[in-house]
Amino acid sequence: MLKKRIVPAIDVLDDKAVKYVQFRNPTIIGDPAELGRKYAEDGADELIYLDTTASLKNQEVKYEWIRRVAEEVYIPFSVIGGVRTIEDFRLLLRAGADKVGVNSAAVLRPELLNEAAAIFGKQCVVLGLDAMPILSEDGSIERWEVYTHSGHENSGRDVLEWAQEAAYRGAGEIICTSIHKDGMKTGYDLELIKLLSENVSIPIIASGGAGELHHISEVFTEAKADAALVASMIHYGHYTIQEIKQHVKEHGIPMR
Amino acid sequence: MIGILDYGAGNMHSVEKAIKKLGYPYVRIEDGTYTGEIEQLILPGVGHAEQAMKQLEERGLVSYIKRKVEEGIPLLGICLGMQLLLETSEEGDAQGLGLLKGTVPYFADPDLKVPHMGWNDVEDVKGHFLLKDLPKQTDFYFVHSYYAAPKDTDDIIGLTAYGTPFASAIGNDYVMGVQFHPEKSGEAGMKLLDNFCRYAKKKVTTC
Repeated sequence: MLKKRIVPAIDVLDDKAVKYVQFRNPTIIGDPAELGRKYAEDGADELIYLDTTASLKNQEVKYEWIRRVAEEVYIPFSVIGGVRTIEDFRLLLRAGADKVGVNSAAVLRPELLNEAAAIFGKQCVVLGLDAMPILSEDGSIERWEVYTHSGHENSGRDVLEWAQEAAYRGAGEIICTSIHKDGMKTGYDLELIKLLSENVSIPIIASGGAGELHHISEVFTEAKADAALVASMIHYGHYTIQEIKQHVKEHGIPMR
Repeated sequence: MIGILDYGAGNMHSVEKAIKKLGYPYVRIEDGTYTGEIEQLILPGVGHAEQAMKQLEERGLVSYIKRKVEEGIPLLGICLGMQLLLETSEEGDAQGLGLLKGTVPYFADPDLKVPHMGWNDVEDVKGHFLLKDLPKQTDFYFVHSYYAAPKDTDDIIGLTAYGTPFASAIGNDYVMGVQFHPEKSGEAGMKLLDNFCRYAKKKVTTC
């Protein structure tokens, strides 16, 4: 039986693993490769590196740390952040990434997904999707819209419609982050994740909001996610991956 | 010496790193003119079957692989590399190497998410040396949209359930392949690669 996945997300700035507080003030939490190896040994099923390095002149630095991750980590890892072209895909895959995530660039030019899938195969094409709820007059959530540029710009596109289009074009997996939940530690956006999990034909990784163990089990049982992204829960040592997996297993969810 | 076939496949480097970590001597084989002595061959692969066959063909590696297999050199295909061992693939209607009998269909069940992505268990169904010293059911990492359908059930080494069971490890003592990525399956994957390097031996031919 296919297992549900626990996926640690590691933010990277230049060549350091960092943690952002309220999307600002990065503090160094370690080395990307060492941290990755530690999480892999603790039972992580996969890793996601979010490259937050804005400056283009640090490209070489980027490939260097990715190469080191590839040397030390023997589980799959994705790199997301700043990917715009097929050449970016090629360089990241060559450096050793198993999957490459694309976000804003795919919204701006959806054909990028078709092209990447045709050349590298859809298994390594990950769509990063940042969603924000649109409220109706009575304050209930009407739908979700896709935001780009690290959640700063509203593309106006409907989330479900975009997710389905991306899957059709060539994305092999979607990491869906609900912006309003991110960093809040109040749980994932279950409604949003459920909407996507039930209506999109590719795996959905839920992101944004995990703070407690029951948040993880409920995103699997209630929202039918394929994988759960965890960050601050484990980076600060509140929980280990083994503890998370044990908890999830106790709720009858298949785990490795 | 282990020969790792290098035709631009995405996972070539991770396979190489895993073999290096295990401590076996290896060489990258980039084209069919390679004349060095090798004892085993690994065919990695991710991506598109038709494209991959084209790349292998252009580098003269199709005839190289067939020649080596005829000489009795054991061959391990990984992921797409395994699918290429069979006769035909639905992906781009590609012709495979035809070293094992069978086809490579798409996961057609509309209730399944495709690609089949993540950790799933492989059941050892015949005690092949690839799965030696591993539990009867072992989790490995999968990412694929097509799967092997060997014609001969004797060619099934391991089975995995996704919707219905499919052959996740196939072959015989000399030509074998795994659908999952041992190079990305942590300790269990390392064990499998070690088993290949340790136990796959050249076929003794009478002539």
